[in-house]
Amino acid sequence: MAKLILSMDGLVLKEILLNKERMTIGRKATNDIQIDNLAISGEHAAVVTILNDSFLEDLNSTNGTLVNGQPAKKHFLKNGDVIELGKYKLKYVAEQVQPVVDAADFEKTMILRPNAAKAAPATATEPSAGTTEVKAAFNDTLVGNQITPPAFVPPPAAASVVGAIQILNGANAGRELELTKTLTTLGKPGVQVAVIAKRPHGYFITHVEGAQFPVVNGLAIDVQARQLADHDVIEIAGIKMEFFLKG
Amino acid sequence: MAKSLSEALEIVVRTDPGIIRGHNEDAVFANPNLGFAILADGMGGYNAGEVASGMATMFLSSELEAAFVARPPHEVDLASGQLFAHRCILDKVEITNSAIYNTAESQPQYAGMGTTLVTALFFDNQVTVAHIGDSRLYRLRGEEFGVITRDHSLLQEQIDSGMISAEEARFSQNKNLVTRALGVDPEVETEIHDYPVQVGDIYLLCSDGLNDMVEDEEIRLTLQMLGANLDLAATQLIQMANDNGGRDNVSVILIKVLCEFPATRGWWSKLLAWFK
Repeated sequence: MAKLILSMDGLVLKEILLNKERMTIGRKATNDIQIDNLAISGEHAAVVTILNDSFLEDLNSTNGTLVNGQPAKKHFLKNGDVIELGKYKLKYVAEQVQPVVDAADFEKTMILRPNAAKAAPATATEPSAGTTEVKAAFNDTLVGNQITPPAFVPPPAAASVVGAIQILNGANAGRELELTKTLTTLGKPGVQVAVIAKRPHGYFITHVEGAQFPVVNGLAIDVQARQLADHDVIEIAGIKMEFFLKG
Repeated sequence: MAKSLSEALEIVVRTDPGIIRGHNEDAVFANPNLGFAILADGMGGYNAGEVASGMATMFLSSELEAAFVARPPHEVDLASGQLFAHRCILDKVEITNSAIYNTAESQPQYAGMGTTLVTALFFDNQVTVAHIGDSRLYRLRGEEFGVITRDHSLLQEQIDSGMISAEEARFSQNKNLVTRALGVDPEVETEIHDYPVQVGDIYLLCSDGLNDMVEDEEIRLTLQMLGANLDLAATQLIQMANDNGGRDNVSVILIKVLCEFPATRGWWSKLLAWFK
């Protein structure tokens, strides 16, 4: 379960579990999180939690709410965000990633049904081994059991090495092209086209269209993708070019 | 009988279990002659997800094949005033839903299984798109690329209500929760729309294993650059999903419109249309 860590002047005051769908923060005693300080409005802000996501909302407070130093009215909280109300800081800590028991069941698509409680016993009786998340889908106690997948993070580009090609003949001889995009097409559409794909483990050339296949180091490639090595010479539609890696 | 649509449409179907998962719960189907494609992403414990998605594509495809061989989709249903395509898809999805639901109810090992569904039916220079859940249809038309379907998911509801921006949605932890699915309830609500088709359009049906792992911009680039070689484009899309982690099964169906495909009607209906 996600939590907030309340601190002032670097001193941790307490940890607050976000165990309610809506938690209010303010000076008055009626709030779920009371901060008795004159800089805090009676009803200052609220944190709304829906399954694994939490949102901060400023309730039109007099002195406002900052998130990571920026004024915020409404904010989708990410792990490590720091909420500031006056001199107080609340650090948002998302639910800890549980060790993946069964990698195959990771991040499964599930159906969310408000009236699913009655369906729960049927699946709950199944003998289980590493299927907790699946059962959770048909249970109304989703929050506790769900494995939190890491947010979408594109993998780092193939080290710091960037591939490039230099044209060796024709009108554009000497021109250089860095292969920074995922895909770079070469050739003349309708005549002969090849594509160089940038992948985590290197660069690959594949034939796209045309009767002729690209030639690499004097040999025509087949329909399969071919990995490019430093200083390979490619020939497409009569144009020769050299592939090389830049440090 | 109308002539085959396989001359007007180039279709490539591809599915892959991804890197992490041991088995594939996605199911794909395409009939190039009748011009329709179905993609389903199953869910449920053990192999129930595969059963649900497999039943969805198998049932729906055979029902639609039988129906459209008997009667062309462009005809107007006199009772309802709808296109036959619509009534037929809605009916057949309902039948498929019941079949999956009844199996899930009667066999404990399949309890609670369900599947998403996206289907595209091409006829008379248009496409009818029906979907349930978070499997998507994208369209590339010239420079313009975008998703045509609107996910039935918690995340989409949050985006619609303004709780979360599309940019923030990429970091949401609630990506995998759908609000509608086939086979989980006795009745199902199918979303269905028609869109005019242009020559050169490329349509992409995909499971969330693609659009969760690969950004829309990368998908667009791939379709634009490799549109001339649909086979390669499909391979590249799956490869990108796997290179980015391949956390889920990934399935794609690519459909390119090669030429116009107006429905062939009888002389009397042409005359009728002329008088209207």
